[in-house]
Amino acid sequence: MNLRRDVFQAIADPTRRAILLLVASHAMTAGAIAAQFDTARPTVSKHLSILTECELLKQEQNGREILYHLNPQKMKDIAEFIEPFRQFWDDRFNKLEDIMKNYKPKN
Amino acid sequence: MERKTQIQAETGKQDLLITREFELPVELLFKAYEDADIVAQWMGTKVLKLENRNHGGYVFETSDPKGNVLMRANGAIHEFVPNQRITRTFEMENGPFGITMEYLTFEAMGEDNSKLTMHVVYKSPALRDENLKLPFSYGVNMAHDRLQEVVANLKTTNHEQA
Repeated sequence: MNLRRDVFQAIADPTRRAILLLVASHAMTAGAIAAQFDTARPTVSKHLSILTECELLKQEQNGREILYHLNPQKMKDIAEFIEPFRQFWDDRFNKLEDIMKNYKPKN
Repeated sequence: MERKTQIQAETGKQDLLITREFELPVELLFKAYEDADIVAQWMGTKVLKLENRNHGGYVFETSDPKGNVLMRANGAIHEFVPNQRITRTFEMENGPFGITMEYLTFEAMGEDNSKLTMHVVYKSPALRDENLKLPFSYGVNMAHDRLQEVVANLKTTNHEQA
């Protein structure tokens, strides 16, 4: 079982993390993903193949296009790294926002 | 899934940036940091001390229902500028990631919205990563439940698009 290590290697790269964040919201083609980066297209392709190899991304045929989308199962490994930290702060800030929306000055 | 709170943590760096936009005027956002009772509510901790002034300080303590202390944190407030910024240290007592420096910036975004930027600087990149990997060392122990919730949300999103 060295899958786990591969996942962490995959997310050690800032561009690959950015790609995961991009496709987290919706599935995208390689071209659409590459358009978001200044990096050369072949470099982005390389990143996509690494992310696909370690199963963080899944390819899906959609007509003539291939869409990349996030693999939720594998996202668990990534989630262990930074998502709970973000979620923790998001929960706290949601609470803050709720409390302050109902805030009535005492005087 | 809402992505209101964002975390930027570049590999190999010893800092991280937490940003969040609120549907609150900046004065109300700042009040949530200034008023001890309100801090206690949203942080889910007891506020034993909160001296909001230059060269002030704070102490937070969280206990379980039986009264056992789960977490105690403290820090020095270096700078306190109402509705603009708080510069402080943060130390989780007996925590694994040392003392951090926190630069909190409060910005108005029109009359009804505001933005909080929290720049957290650790002593080393390794200590920062420890903190990122142990998100629930702050005393929250529902990591697993939340993780499942997160993953469930991701699944829903993907199915909707399929």
